[in-house]
Amino acid sequence: MKKLLKLTPLMVLLIFASAFTVKESIESEGYDVGDVVEDFSLKNINGKMVSLADYQDAKGFILTFTCNTCPFAIAYEDRIIALDKKYAAKGYPVIAINPNNPDVKPGDDFKAMQQRAKEKGFTFPYLVDEGQKVYPKFGATKTPHNYVLQKTSKGLVVKYIGAIDDSSRNPAAVSETYLEDAVDALLNGEEIKIKKTKAIGCTIKV
Amino acid sequence: MKLNCALLVMLIFFSCKEKVSEKTDDVSIKNEEIALAESEVSLEVYDFDRFQKFLSTKDSKVHVINFWATWCGPCVKELPYFERLKKEYQDDVEVVLVSLDFPHVYDSKLKPFIKKKDLKSKVIALNAPNENEWINAIDPSWSGSIPATIIFNKDKSKFFEKSFTFEELEKEVKQLNN
Repeated sequence: MKKLLKLTPLMVLLIFASAFTVKESIESEGYDVGDVVEDFSLKNINGKMVSLADYQDAKGFILTFTCNTCPFAIAYEDRIIALDKKYAAKGYPVIAINPNNPDVKPGDDFKAMQQRAKEKGFTFPYLVDEGQKVYPKFGATKTPHNYVLQKTSKGLVVKYIGAIDDSSRNPAAVSETYLEDAVDALLNGEEIKIKKTKAIGCTIKV
Repeated sequence: MKLNCALLVMLIFFSCKEKVSEKTDDVSIKNEEIALAESEVSLEVYDFDRFQKFLSTKDSKVHVINFWATWCGPCVKELPYFERLKKEYQDDVEVVLVSLDFPHVYDSKLKPFIKKKDLKSKVIALNAPNENEWINAIDPSWSGSIPATIIFNKDKSKFFEKSFTFEELEKEVKQLNN
């Protein structure tokens, strides 16, 4: 009992401290560069389940949390298709995951996803994060939010987190191709120069 | 850690509640856009260099800078709270609503929206391509999602990547005022 009493102030302090660090802890919930990723099994628009382990020949992945409804996500659709065309054959296919709750954003429901993928001619899986369990593991906060993963002996390791390039609003004005540079570096066995970038995006709808 | 999780769950619950009602807002906004054609609202557009003058002050007021966009449901929902703040604290608080809408919708969406909602706060547009640089310049903790808000006076500044209620906004402003 005495021991417990001694501990009480410490516990109170801890409770206070954690109350004031909520924001930080939310941010640090997700994977950072260098972390090993847990595989998932999510439903694709064709109704089949997709896991990263299905891709036995892949060297890694370009994983994008995206959706139908966010103007920034829409602005990047063609660039994501181009990335898949360029890098799937080199061992880094694109996997797109829609993290939004369709009850909040009806434009992001399964049917709308199927339709959008068909309209745009997506060449990659467009997966539903049913129950919204996967995006928090990655610490994704917005659409689009992109990750480059590399297959290693430890498992799939996060190598890059952030934007595809430095010009969401105007593809003609791109001067930095962050994500391509990251994948190229991995393919060439070089160190990635910029491992994390930021961009404006739409809050994930929960 | 457990407590953090619990708080997180609570936060998620609360935001669920808030965001359900958002759907109807979105629909009404769309209808308004259709109803409005050309508008004569003038809009100041800034690049990041010129925008930075809004981020510091020498006066005694509390300054509230809110990043939003017409397409952002949670942002549109909280705009009335910023408007109310400006109205109720007009002598002590300056509000600037910074639109991140794409330039090609300034005339078709943003200006009609400002007119229809009759926004009294200063509305400007930030057209700054190199997001990776300016997001960090505003606050290193900002992941880049909106709504996001800076509340500051000449001594202190706080950054928020979240949605506000009026009461929460008022509390933050009062805290800075003391």
